[in-house]
Amino acid sequence: SVNPDLASERQTASFSVEKLTAWLDNGAEQTRLRRAVVEAIECDPVFSRENQYFQSQNERYEAAVRKAVHLQKKMHEMGWSEEGPEFKYIYRAVAGDVAFLLHRVFMRSVSMLGSDEQIAKWIPLASQYRLIGSYAQTELGHGTYLQGLETTAVFDVTTQEFILNTPQISAMKWWPGDMGRSATHTVVFAQLYVHGKCYGIHPFIVQIRSLQDHSLCPGIIAGDIGPKMNFEHIDNGYLMLQNVHVPRENMLNKFCEVQPDGTYVRRGSQKINYFTMTSVRISLISGEAVLPLMKACTIAIRYSAVRRQSKLKPGEQEAKILDYQTQQEKLLPQLAAAYAFHFIDDYLQELFDKGYREIQRKNFDTLPELHALSSGFKAMVTQYCTSGVEICLRACGGHGYSLLSGLPSLYTKIIASCIYEGENTILLLQTARFLIKCFMAASTGQPVPPSVTYLAAAKPRNCSAKNKLDFLHPDIYTEAYQHVAVRLISSTAAKLQDLIQSGVKKHDAWNQCTVQLAQAAKAHCHYITVKNFAETVEKIEPKAGIQKIMKHLCDLFALHGIFSNTGVFLHDGYISGAQMDMVTASYLDLLAIIRKDAVPLVDAFDFTDKSLNSALGSYDGQVYQRLYEWAQKSPTNKQISPAYGKYLKPLLHNRLSKL
Amino acid sequence: MNADLRRERAAATFQTELLTHILDGGAERTRRRKEIETLVLNDPDFQHEDLNFLSRSQRYEQAIRKSALMVMKLREYGIADPEEIYWFKSFVHRGRPEPLDLHLGMFLPTLLTQATPEQQDRFFMPAWNLEIIGTYAQTEMGHGTHLRGLETTATYDPATQEFILNSPTVTSIKWWPGGLGKTSNHAIVLAQLYTQGQCKGLHAFIVPIRQLGTHEPLPGITVGDIGPKFGYDEMDNGYLKMDNFRIPRENMLMKYAQVEPDGTYVKPVSDKLTYGTMVFIRSLIVGDSARSLSRACTIAIRYSAVRHQSELKPGEPEPQILDYQTQQYKLFPLLATAYAFHFVGAYIKDTYRRISGDINAGDLSELPELHALTAGLKAFTSWTANAGIEECRMACGGHGYSRCSGIPDIYVTFTPSCTYEGENTVMMLQTARFLVKSYTQVSSGQRVTGMVSYLNDLSSQRIQPQHVAARAVTVRINDPASLVEAYKARAARLVEAAAKNLQAELNHRKTKEDAWNRTSVDLVRASEAHCHYVVVKLFTAKLAEVSNAAVRAVLTELCLLYALHGISKNTGDFLQAGILTGAQITQVNQRVKELLAVIRRNAVALVDAFDFNDIYLGSVLGRYDGNVYENMFEWAKKSPLNKTEVHESFHKHLKPMQAKL
Repeated sequence: SVNPDLASERQTASFSVEKLTAWLDNGAEQTRLRRAVVEAIECDPVFSRENQYFQSQNERYEAAVRKAVHLQKKMHEMGWSEEGPEFKYIYRAVAGDVAFLLHRVFMRSVSMLGSDEQIAKWIPLASQYRLIGSYAQTELGHGTYLQGLETTAVFDVTTQEFILNTPQISAMKWWPGDMGRSATHTVVFAQLYVHGKCYGIHPFIVQIRSLQDHSLCPGIIAGDIGPKMNFEHIDNGYLMLQNVHVPRENMLNKFCEVQPDGTYVRRGSQKINYFTMTSVRISLISGEAVLPLMKACTIAIRYSAVRRQSKLKPGEQEAKILDYQTQQEKLLPQLAAAYAFHFIDDYLQELFDKGYREIQRKNFDTLPELHALSSGFKAMVTQYCTSGVEICLRACGGHGYSLLSGLPSLYTKIIASCIYEGENTILLLQTARFLIKCFMAASTGQPVPPSVTYLAAAKPRNCSAKNKLDFLHPDIYTEAYQHVAVRLISSTAAKLQDLIQSGVKKHDAWNQCTVQLAQAAKAHCHYITVKNFAETVEKIEPKAGIQKIMKHLCDLFALHGIFSNTGVFLHDGYISGAQMDMVTASYLDLLAIIRKDAVPLVDAFDFTDKSLNSALGSYDGQVYQRLYEWAQKSPTNKQISPAYGKYLKPLLHNRLSKL
Repeated sequence: MNADLRRERAAATFQTELLTHILDGGAERTRRRKEIETLVLNDPDFQHEDLNFLSRSQRYEQAIRKSALMVMKLREYGIADPEEIYWFKSFVHRGRPEPLDLHLGMFLPTLLTQATPEQQDRFFMPAWNLEIIGTYAQTEMGHGTHLRGLETTATYDPATQEFILNSPTVTSIKWWPGGLGKTSNHAIVLAQLYTQGQCKGLHAFIVPIRQLGTHEPLPGITVGDIGPKFGYDEMDNGYLKMDNFRIPRENMLMKYAQVEPDGTYVKPVSDKLTYGTMVFIRSLIVGDSARSLSRACTIAIRYSAVRHQSELKPGEPEPQILDYQTQQYKLFPLLATAYAFHFVGAYIKDTYRRISGDINAGDLSELPELHALTAGLKAFTSWTANAGIEECRMACGGHGYSRCSGIPDIYVTFTPSCTYEGENTVMMLQTARFLVKSYTQVSSGQRVTGMVSYLNDLSSQRIQPQHVAARAVTVRINDPASLVEAYKARAARLVEAAAKNLQAELNHRKTKEDAWNRTSVDLVRASEAHCHYVVVKLFTAKLAEVSNAAVRAVLTELCLLYALHGISKNTGDFLQAGILTGAQITQVNQRVKELLAVIRRNAVALVDAFDFNDIYLGSVLGRYDGNVYENMFEWAKKSPLNKTEVHESFHKHLKPMQAKL
């Protein structure tokens, strides 16, 4: 039965939860499909995550391999294919807890970087799991900066082979998933040398383990890099190469080739590589950042409606912690952000699809904008969602720290997203480079891409709000965000120019402005997010109460951003001190309004209890019973601890009493 | 030693030992600390495998083994000074919690302060000799900070002269106490006392929970471990459920309140004394914030001096990542914060020591302010350090995420301090209550003293005709004393705003509680501003005590960075109150960046001065010698997944699949 404290929250919803879910899914038909996939996966015991919190690294890895293998069978049984509409829901259903994710990256890089012959040779082997692939780029001493990689591949004309080496310890491949224990092959990125000349980084297919007994191939040293904050189920690995020979045909050669005599030939544009990065960054936003935040919000908000603490009114029952303003101020902005980023994901996806169509027509014009937006949003969204998950964790008091709450593992997993696929600070600086360039272009009247035309249009003014209700007009706050973005970008551009004109070298000037540049890039992304949220709300049909609640969330997201960064809005007087007090007042009013729909708003994310895997966040709100039951399953409770008999008893009883 | 680190150390402008002495509180104390450190770290009994490779059960087992030895050796060496015991314990457990924490830190002290002489005779020596191992069971599954909400009952039965203990609901199960799950055989249980049909509120009872000798739970007792957590693997946090469990009347701690044989309840004289313990424990958390953040900074800054990445100047070798402005901007303000918190922690400890004599003599006059201040500072420093540790980890890129960096462990060990000993938001609101009370006193013409005395100025200012925004403090951004004034003005403004908003709500709302709740976001901000002011003030005050010019110079740079960075992160408050203009803010931002470049040359020396031994630091990235990569490889080879060359899952899952497809 449902805890009455949760049931009562649901009775007063101002909108239809089912309709909101369908709308978030892009249609009721999608909802139905998603639920069918989730149901099929969750009722299969192999995919159970029931004991996950009690398992060791070895057990987690084994379970992930088992699930990955079983998933192939399952997909076959269910008639799902990788191209089918079900595919995107499978990952959600298994909660990422499977091995061989890098195997897919291996296949994608062969398809993107390989010639037709190479694709014909390797892809069938990989798709039938005759080999297991990985993708070895990052080295112990080198990450984001690809040109710095040290692994070498020297072409030997006499044997028609490349000889691969790890010249020193910092050049060891480090971190690639699936490589520590599973992979038989990997794409190794190495500096190519032909006749003593270095041609830069190129990809090579290298076999690392025997296809018969899985032992390491000669010249290969590989293993697992040891425990991490999370991803216990993935065997992130290291790889050292000692005079490993691979045939000439193993260099992926769609874009460049070494001919038998050692002639190096380059063909076609490599710009498509940028497109790959862009697609990966956009694709991770939803699954790796927004979904975990939605889950964390679901857990924390449901628990906050069940947990009672202290009294708000004398003589009454202890209050739900969700009724405390400070608790609302922690959780509700995170909920609004989860919605905001869900919509930004739609926005990016649309932009990406458009860009993809252009690129297929060999038009690369949209690439710089796409690249800048995907970098900036990857950084902004992962950072925001990470801190959001942590806020949810800490909003659950002591119980949040129990692994059984589900929150610690959501947190330790999502934080990795701030680093992988491009460290966030570096990504923001890439976006900033684009913004500065566009700003310069715009100020000399040259055309700029659509997302940055505002840089040319804006004029310095003051905010026109007269009272706190004015701050519930999207025009008012969107303009404020736009103003701040323009101000930060233009002032940084001016500073850069000043420095350069005063004789500072360009790269030094850049480094001296990077703190501001990163801030400007964030402001740009924040502005686009607010604007996109407001536009999304505008397009909703006013029926079913959805538009109204989404409008509240949009207002909350926008005002929370101003409330938490008052300085940048006050700095040049765009918003006055008195107006800032109106922002605060409106913002705090919204908390109380959204509070009423908080539980239905997380219910609409439609996570099953199994996918939340949380003793605090289940739909029925039977928090304490579940916590007690789950704790008893802990291996630490299965026997009397050996430590007592082994250490405590003999040592203390006998020896201490003599002291 | 790694050449980069050697160069960094050679370029420092001050002697690191001198700064270490300041942090320790004198050269003699540094010597003694290192003596104890050597004693522990060279003791083969305290060696073990890297904990990162052990299961939770194994980690618990190692911890209990070391704890048992620790208690023995402390007595063998005659170490009795609390600070020295603290050092010894930190080195044994390398800064981690351990299963006897609650026995040593709560059970024994509670016996000393709340047990009658007879009870001390019965329990103290057995507990001192660890025949009795106790814990302190207060928190329940459904009840934390709000003590009056606890549900466990202790009902007096005059017929047998016993208390009957019960956990009437699931939510009343004791949950979280450390050492309860597996280690303890006794617990001090907090329960609602019922006698003669009346509830007399919360009282403490000594409850045996496991059979001496066999260690099996006693009949009527259900006890166990609450399962895996975010860190704290060494600690057996436990649950305890009692069903009609009887204990003799003499097991209620009766130094203050008493229940007589016939059930007559005798009230305690005063309950303010418990404040003292809370102040003490919260002051420890402030010190802990400083230490944990210092450890994370040491790791991140040393690693940033060793790690090379990308290109700053075309054609030149990859620079140390510490040369990037964005990296400095992440790390140096945290370094300054770590120093600031060290000095704050020392200040609270000294103040507590100074007035604890008065407390014992019954003079509690200074206690309310200190209590309010430590509540806020506990929250302020633990929140800041918590976020700072994560920033340090992120600043280490991918490798920070590996357990070999040591930062994940520092984080999970530290982060619960945002919740335990008073949830931080609740703490901030306690401080706010004191601030509002002080403000109300000032408004009614009384003067207030101590850290809140700046509120006295508010009333005089209000008489002046100018607009609030016009009362500009002339801020000199290179003068710490002037920045203290700026922070003071900000705190005053936010306290005033919160108090006024509260008053406005009170005029509209039905109840005080409702008005308070609707102002609580403002109130928390006011408390934060107050704490921030106190930290800047104490850091600035510390500078005058430093006699060595070179050390004072570098600490002054850090102090300025701390204060200016704080302004640049909270510009809105300073702008809105008219304390600083937009142009001044631009100057502040610029000055912060200049200071980053100035501090850069001393960054490694400044973390060296924290003087963490490599074993205690527990980080491959933060090693003193900087030989990071070789040692990461050595570390990884020991990973449990690498025990066999071919993992068993190959035979179990992979091979059969390949055969089928």
